[in-house]
Amino acid sequence: MTLLDTTTPTTTGGTISLAEPRDFITLLKPRVMSLVVLTAVAGLVVSPGALHPTLAVISILAIAVGAGAAGALNMWYDADIDAVMTRTAKRPVPMGRVSPEAALSFGLILSILSVMLLGLASNWFAAAFLAFTIFFYAVIYTMGLKRSTPQNIVIGGAAGAFPPMIGWAAVTGDASVNSFILFLIIFLWTPPHFWALALFKLRDYGDAGVPMLPNVAGERSTKLQIFAYSVVLAPVAVLPWILGFAGVAYGAVATVLGLNFVRHAWAVLNMADGDERMIPAKKLFGFSILYLFGLFAMLIVDAAVAPLLGLGA
Amino acid sequence: MTVASDDRVRLTEAEKSARRKRSIAIAIVLVALVAIFYVVSIVKMAP
Repeated sequence: MTLLDTTTPTTTGGTISLAEPRDFITLLKPRVMSLVVLTAVAGLVVSPGALHPTLAVISILAIAVGAGAAGALNMWYDADIDAVMTRTAKRPVPMGRVSPEAALSFGLILSILSVMLLGLASNWFAAAFLAFTIFFYAVIYTMGLKRSTPQNIVIGGAAGAFPPMIGWAAVTGDASVNSFILFLIIFLWTPPHFWALALFKLRDYGDAGVPMLPNVAGERSTKLQIFAYSVVLAPVAVLPWILGFAGVAYGAVATVLGLNFVRHAWAVLNMADGDERMIPAKKLFGFSILYLFGLFAMLIVDAAVAPLLGLGA
Repeated sequence: MTVASDDRVRLTEAEKSARRKRSIAIAIVLVALVAIFYVVSIVKMAP
C-alpha cells in the first residue's frame, strides 16, 4: 500500500482536509451495500422465525454499515492499485480527497459500531458473524488473497456471500443448511461475475499487478471456468424452491434466469480469442448483476408478498 | 489556505465549507445513533 499525500499542508505541520460527507459515503461502496441489503433482507424474511420489525430494520442497517466499513478498509489498503485502474482511479483516497488515515479510522469505527449495533438489536451470534465477514473481506481477501492468487475472487467471494446468512442468523441465532444454500448462490455467482469483468478489464488488472485469472491462466481457461461455474450455479439457485423454503414463483424465475445465465456464459465460451470488443463478456457481466438482484428480490417477494395472496410455498 | 502573520491558519472558503459539511454530517450521525440505541432499548425492554 502506498500512502498518498492528500491534504493541504500547513506551516504548523498539520493538514486541512477538503473531504466532504459524500466522499465518505463513496468509501462505503453504496452499490455493493445495496446488494448486501437486498441479500440480507432475503435471508431475514426467508428464515423460520420472526424478529420485531423495528429490530429487523436496525439489524439490516447494521449489516449494511458493516459492509460499508469493510469497503472503506478495502479502499484504504488498495489506494495504490485503485490509482492505476481506470475503474477505481476516481475513488476518494487515490483522488486525494480523503487521507488514508481518515479512511482507515472511518472503516474501523464503523466496523465496531455496526457489530455492536447488530449484537444489541438481534443477537451476538449474528454480530460475531458480521465481525468475521468484515475481517474476511478486509484482511483475508484485501490484504492477502487479492494480490497473491488468481483464485482471489473464488475464496474472497465468500465475504460477499455471507450477508444472507447474517440476515438469517439475526432471526434464528444460528446458521442452517438452508441459509448455507443462499450463501452458495452468491459464492458460485461471484467468480463468473468478476471474471467476465476481468476479461474486458484485463489490461487494467495487469497494470495494477493484481493476479486476476485472465492475466495468469489466460482467456481460454477463464472462459471455461466461467462456463463451469455458471452450469453449477443455475441448478443451485433453484434449490431454495426444491428444498421448500421458497415458492414455485421463485423456482420458475430462478430457472429462467439460470438458463439465461448459462446462455450468456456459453456465448463467452465461444467468444473468439483476442476479441477486442468482448461484447459477450460485457453482456454476461451486466446480466449477472440483474440475475442476482432478480433472484434475491424474488425470494423476498415470494416470502413476504406471495403468502398474502395465497401463492406462497 | 493562507498563513497569517501571527502564524494562525486561515482556512480558504473551500476548506471552511468542507469542514462545515463534515461537522453537520457528524452531528446528524451522532443524533441518529442516539435515537437508534434508544429505540433498540425501548423495544428490547417491552414485554
